[in-house]
Amino acid sequence: MAETLLKVENLQAWYGESHILHGVGFEIGRGELVTLLGRNGAGKTTTLRSIMGIVGKRTGTVRFENHETVGRPSDAIARMGLAYCPEERGIFSSLNVEENLMLPPAVKPGGMSLEEIYTLFPNLKERRRSQGTKLSGGEQQMLAIGRILRTGATLLLLDEPTEGLAPVIVQRIGEIIRQLKSRGFTILLVEQNFHFAATVADRHYVMEDGRVVDMVASADVNASIGKLQTYLGV
Amino acid sequence: MLDIFSIPPQALFGQLLLGLINGAFYAMLSLGLAVIFGMLNVINFTHGAQYMMGAFAAWLMLTEFDVPFWAALILSPVVVGLFGIVIERLMLRRIYHLDHLYGFLLTFGLALIIEGVFQWRWGSSGAPYPSPIPGGTNLGFMFLPTYRGFVVVAALVICLVTWYAIERTNLFANLPAATENPTLVRAFGINVPRLITLTYGLGVALAALAGVLAAPIQQVSALMGTNLVLVVFAVVVIGGMGSIMGSIVTGFGLGLVEGFTKVVYPPASNTVIFVVMAIVLLVKPAGLFGQTK
Repeated sequence: MAETLLKVENLQAWYGESHILHGVGFEIGRGELVTLLGRNGAGKTTTLRSIMGIVGKRTGTVRFENHETVGRPSDAIARMGLAYCPEERGIFSSLNVEENLMLPPAVKPGGMSLEEIYTLFPNLKERRRSQGTKLSGGEQQMLAIGRILRTGATLLLLDEPTEGLAPVIVQRIGEIIRQLKSRGFTILLVEQNFHFAATVADRHYVMEDGRVVDMVASADVNASIGKLQTYLGV
Repeated sequence: MLDIFSIPPQALFGQLLLGLINGAFYAMLSLGLAVIFGMLNVINFTHGAQYMMGAFAAWLMLTEFDVPFWAALILSPVVVGLFGIVIERLMLRRIYHLDHLYGFLLTFGLALIIEGVFQWRWGSSGAPYPSPIPGGTNLGFMFLPTYRGFVVVAALVICLVTWYAIERTNLFANLPAATENPTLVRAFGINVPRLITLTYGLGVALAALAGVLAAPIQQVSALMGTNLVLVVFAVVVIGGMGSIMGSIVTGFGLGLVEGFTKVVYPPASNTVIFVVMAIVLLVKPAGLFGQTK
């Protein structure tokens, strides 16, 4: 595996009184595309939010480029080079498409230019003056992904980018994620759609009850398909 | 029209001009309230006290340290704005997640405490502040002190600069998004708590700036903001909560309405703004420039 970019150890997280993560551990190498798989409620989204520092309380260690992030506020974590695309997409209704794209500040040099993002998502260019929330679901998802490419962040946390989208759009998102990987982005992808995940990722971590319980490399997916189906209950 | 009401034009134009001067203060104060409400979702009932503090700071600077008006015009808003920042950091910050009512109670209580302290220390009779621009012009229908003319122009400039900075530049481009989803905007790397603190400081500084401008016109006294702030809240409700341009236009407009009423039916001049407020609330509850959420 390449140099480790993100290393998570014994990560515990709480929402109010609810203890959601019970010691999550995994790591991602630079340039890798890794998924978190698991049933609803396994703690996948909470893991992303904990890495980003937007849960109620968290303990353990999350090291990014060997710097500890636990204990730092989320704006400081973002400026280290992490970018988050939430499950609910978080498109701002008070801003148009281009303003949504321009909102996240550049945190490091080397981000994509607005033109490059429009080349990747031609639909967004056509609708750049439209109110962000007036776009279709697929366009909003592309906006949510495009928005975090400008900032120079090297690790993208994508939470269920294919949720609720038509198969042809899912395919398009898959192509985009592969392109982002080939551009050198490191990606941590949360997915319910295992078949989609299998086509894009290098490795898969399986979560259950707030813990990582298994790891399967994409090359071994066919051999492990029975085991995975049991985990995911498909 | 003048014939129908049989109003002498001197009286009409004179009162309209006085209304415009009052309107200048309504506009500046409701602007600060709109900025604070738009960003913090807090109805800042301390606004009148902070306006009074602005006037007092200028008066103290002059009488204790010989700081001239023009320097106080900059210094006083800075000092009072910093005081606002301390309030935000220590107190307001803790109640954002609670109902509006708590923000109201906290800022209202603070206003009572601040005004009480000033009244205890300096009494409530008020002190005069010499006009920095003496003299005036005879306009034919009335004598206009130059300073009052300056106040109207200054208020217009202050309002338009604030509006331009918020709506047309990148300085505050993150404000609407940070109001809509503070957690996500922060996760993009923007220090939202600092943005909120600075916004509150700016709103408070605007109140203090209005206070400094008011000092040479009114007596500088501990309760000078108390009655004014009631009218200003009516202005904000009529204009629409959180609308920047709405509060500017409504502020000047209601000053004129008040002046006009003084000519037509003087006893109603203190009530007319509240009558307008009641009508607007019935017809357009979100305010003239507000948007229903």
